[in-house]
Amino acid sequence: MMAALPAWLTLLIAPFIVLNVVIGLVTYVTLLERKFAARMQSRIGPYRVGPHGLLQPIADALKLMMKEDVVPTAADRRIYNLAPIVFLIPCMLIFATIPFAPGLGVADVNIGILFFLAVSAMEIVGLFMAGWGSNNKYALLSAMRAVNQIISYDLPFIFSALVPVLLAGSLKMSDIAAVQQGSLVNWFIFYPVIGQLAFIMFIVSTLAAENRVPFDILEAESELVAGFRVEYSGMKFALIQLGEYAHMIGSSFLGALLFLGAWSGPGPEYLGPIWFLLKAMFIFLLVTWIRWSFVRIRVDQILALSWKALLPATLALLIATAVVVVWRTSAGI
Amino acid sequence: MLDVNNTTRVEMDWSGPERLQMNMGPQHPSAHGVFRAILGLQGETVVDVDAVIGYLHRCHEKLSETLTYAQYPSIASKTDYVAAMTSEFAYVLAAEEIGKFEVPKRAQYLRVIVAELQRIASHLLWLGTWCMDMGGALGGGATIFLYCIREREDILDLFEALVGARLLYGFFQVGGVRYDIPDGWAEQCRSTIDRINSRIDEYEQMLVDNAFFLARTQGVGVVSRELAQDVGIAGPLLRGSGVNYDIRRNAPYSSYQDFDFRVPVETDGDCYARYRVRMAEFRQAISIIRQALDKLPAGPISSRPALKSVAQIRLPKGEAYARVEGPRGEVGTYMISDGSAKPYRMKWRGASFSNLAILPHIIPGHKVADVVAIMGSVDPVFGEVDR
Amino acid sequence: MIAEQARASLGSMLGVEIGAGVPMVVDVPASRWEEIARYAKDTIGCRFFNFLTAVDWKEQGLEVVARVDNLEDGISLMLKTKLGSGVNNCASLTPVYRGANWMERECFDMFGVHFDNHPDLRRILLEDGWEGHPLLKSYAVDTPHPPYR
Repeated sequence: MMAALPAWLTLLIAPFIVLNVVIGLVTYVTLLERKFAARMQSRIGPYRVGPHGLLQPIADALKLMMKEDVVPTAADRRIYNLAPIVFLIPCMLIFATIPFAPGLGVADVNIGILFFLAVSAMEIVGLFMAGWGSNNKYALLSAMRAVNQIISYDLPFIFSALVPVLLAGSLKMSDIAAVQQGSLVNWFIFYPVIGQLAFIMFIVSTLAAENRVPFDILEAESELVAGFRVEYSGMKFALIQLGEYAHMIGSSFLGALLFLGAWSGPGPEYLGPIWFLLKAMFIFLLVTWIRWSFVRIRVDQILALSWKALLPATLALLIATAVVVVWRTSAGI
Repeated sequence: MLDVNNTTRVEMDWSGPERLQMNMGPQHPSAHGVFRAILGLQGETVVDVDAVIGYLHRCHEKLSETLTYAQYPSIASKTDYVAAMTSEFAYVLAAEEIGKFEVPKRAQYLRVIVAELQRIASHLLWLGTWCMDMGGALGGGATIFLYCIREREDILDLFEALVGARLLYGFFQVGGVRYDIPDGWAEQCRSTIDRINSRIDEYEQMLVDNAFFLARTQGVGVVSRELAQDVGIAGPLLRGSGVNYDIRRNAPYSSYQDFDFRVPVETDGDCYARYRVRMAEFRQAISIIRQALDKLPAGPISSRPALKSVAQIRLPKGEAYARVEGPRGEVGTYMISDGSAKPYRMKWRGASFSNLAILPHIIPGHKVADVVAIMGSVDPVFGEVDR
Repeated sequence: MIAEQARASLGSMLGVEIGAGVPMVVDVPASRWEEIARYAKDTIGCRFFNFLTAVDWKEQGLEVVARVDNLEDGISLMLKTKLGSGVNNCASLTPVYRGANWMERECFDMFGVHFDNHPDLRRILLEDGWEGHPLLKSYAVDTPHPPYR
């Protein structure tokens, strides 16, 4: 349907639409999280701004835009100012390869998964720049912990995301989604044993790569008081928040695509993106549920969990998947 | 020893381990009040800690020399403001010991009920803030915090019905208590503690099976029996390290000997042991309140005539040290009277002051995240530390 | 060691009769302060350090009071030592009880009692530049203090 327009126009309009949708989604996902968390804690959450708090994200965005932009005198200005942007760009870029419906994607390249995983790991550069440029011991400590944690958990993240790639036989995202169409049983999460294990490991690695409790030592409010973000205010803080939540949603979409069948669902085909969104929100709410139930663990325990438990497990799972795939294709099942 | 006045110096030595001096300053979400810990860090490990206190110092001890025995009990609650009832209790017991005043039985039972309710409320706050420190204000910790605060509000409602104030009361006076329980209060109290009893089961379930919680608290902040007694910590910290000592059992006051309760003792000495001691104390406090409500005798609530002037109570010359088992430990008052309406010298033995003194002995060697967990399990209240 | 034995042995060490009761009040000459404390800890078994404070008796000088307990046997000792008029030096109990560290710092802060052999004697509750020692009877309640910076 985009074929009628000249190519350069498509290249301008599609990302524009996707970016706007993502930003809109990010702001309303913060409201969803706050309401969900509030209900878990036997309170109501935002209620006054607009009916049932529906205008709260708009109010927050306006507030952040109007805040004074405070830059510490001793901060390294260039790095300090660039950090939110460097942090935000990879988080937005990951949406380029996600197809929201068959044929409806910005750049559905044939190395889609590889692009996603590689780019999403680049946010750590922005994170470290923020921590270093702030010239603040708390931010520095948080940035060092961030480098430790995200590097440790990227490997299990990649390996658990590779399991559906092996099962589908292609790195292209729409291929992986296409294999899962048809019926519920085709979803990779229902693949006997391997699917469930891979999904669980994917969720755990996502939690760590997103700095969500129980792995949120980066922004441990009770120790490091907002961590690497501590010196940011106003719009720069908004950009960092935007990046974090965009990454969160991007990983949710990835999880929905890899394991939950992307746009497969009952009803006519144009409802596909709605199902995709619902599944991504399900994963997001799962992560939020875990976030609001657990205490966080210490940094050395986090690293031990990653290197001693999760990495060998995902590696073993990947090898097992390869063996199973080869056996099934050779046996003709 | 860290140089207290030179806190901006950063020693970074590229040829060896780097040492960073970090300030967990007086304004900090998990400092439990105003407390400054100057941490010397080597990487992520704390090698040196200098605890700076005194941000809340109001010189209660000098203040008490200017206030009469009738005026001071309301001020006494401002030392340990989280457990105000036990703070007033200590002061009033000392005055009664010097003056050899008899307290009527009903007043004693009311004091016990109120002190145990205060213990439950204080431990609820401890549990909520400790989990919030460990779990983040935007995370699982906040969930438990909000649940505990919800229960604590029920207890504060009981206090409001009894005294008129939620947090700082003037309930105790020399010779008895000031208010009697209104109609319907006993039923409300019983239903509240029944509800709290079932909710504590839920919170325990939420935490005890939680591998993350166990990983954060087991083996962290171990206090040996010998160190515990040498430094003089008391309360759940002492009982968590294996010393079976509870003032309500070993030196009973205010007819605690009439009640049947168990003193929980754990031997591990780490944060998890102290957690288990406090959780058991919840249940024992509930049991004591039930017994006291059942056996509450009729009678007067004070053995002294009603106060008409502030200088009405005069104590003979003498001295006494009276102590109560507060939620944090041994709260005591060492009072010297010279025969007038005001004390000559009054020393507050604050439970949290002695408990906090353990920090420089146990923190070095732990990670930064453990500092927060240990502080939470020590549960200081800075009104009592600084007085 | 039970209370009666403790009372008798302390009485013979100091050459005075110690009254029975809980706690046992023991008046210790200032020169034997640390020695008696060590005896209480090692021999009588009073390993629990409760508190340490001072009292200002105006013309008669300062008096340092410490309470130690033997939790197992239920013995409580209230050790008191009069420093003498005009004297504000006292031996430190920190080598004997580690808990005396902060208590003696508070005593120094509030009364000006200088404890010999204390590892780190500086003000604990008031700021480092404070002048005067508030709990002395000579320090008026409404003493003006310099405004903070």
